[in-house]
Amino acid sequence: MSTHGSAPRSWTARVRDTAVRAMPPERLLPDEQPAYMSSWVYIFGVLTLASLSVIIGSGVILALKGPAWWHYTGVGHFFNSVHLWAVELFFFFMVIHLWAKFFMAAWRGGRARTWASGAVTFLVAIPCAFTGYLSQQNFDSQWIATQAKDGINSTGIGAFFNVLNFGQMYTYHVLLLPVVVVALVVAHVLLVRRHGIVPPLPLADLPKPSP
Amino acid sequence: MAGMRQPHSLAPVLVAALVNLNRPATYAHAGVFQMSVANLVVIGLMVVVFAAAIALPFRRRHKGEQR
Repeated sequence: MSTHGSAPRSWTARVRDTAVRAMPPERLLPDEQPAYMSSWVYIFGVLTLASLSVIIGSGVILALKGPAWWHYTGVGHFFNSVHLWAVELFFFFMVIHLWAKFFMAAWRGGRARTWASGAVTFLVAIPCAFTGYLSQQNFDSQWIATQAKDGINSTGIGAFFNVLNFGQMYTYHVLLLPVVVVALVVAHVLLVRRHGIVPPLPLADLPKPSP
Repeated sequence: MAGMRQPHSLAPVLVAALVNLNRPATYAHAGVFQMSVANLVVIGLMVVVFAAAIALPFRRRHKGEQR
């Protein structure tokens, strides 16, 4: 029950107050952005999010039908292709987004966690995609697995991450790594909302226009 | 439909890849550097899109203009 004054408040009220202080509604869902956002270079983040949505949607359908479905049905093959090309676009846009933010020094102004969460998302997305190659259920995935095991074993993590174990790799691909990627993306977007998009670098070094 | 030309002979031509992908990949070598030409093309496309995003103007909304 919500109380006022000096009476102790419930943990739900404390969590709510902390959340609203950290992320006021007008900052969480803004209706205006700074003028310097009027550039195509700011669009790659949302294109990455759009690609991720298609990846998750097509991935859920493929997971519901099972890993062999795409081998023997045209519809399955279609969704497998949608899934593959959405991943291609996801990495395409994400790498350009990373380039743009790197050259903008997007960690300025207290945005270090925003930059770090984006960079870590990229690193986690790589094994997420690689385990997809291992989940194809064909000779290609067998070839990749037998080649990858030597590389993985040379790093010492082969005991925990066995690329020859289809069940383990499939679980990593459809559940564990996607959950981590989505959680990181949510945190990244919330940090962007909290701190705002990074302004352009100072133009102090440019020659001043003549009067 | 009777009398209409079936599109199945044209469709593969329209949707086929510009490059024959049904063969081993071609690789570029430079010292210890080795990468497939397909990956190099993708990286080149990313550079082109990145440069275009910086260079191309973005339409600004003027004051008083309806959203």
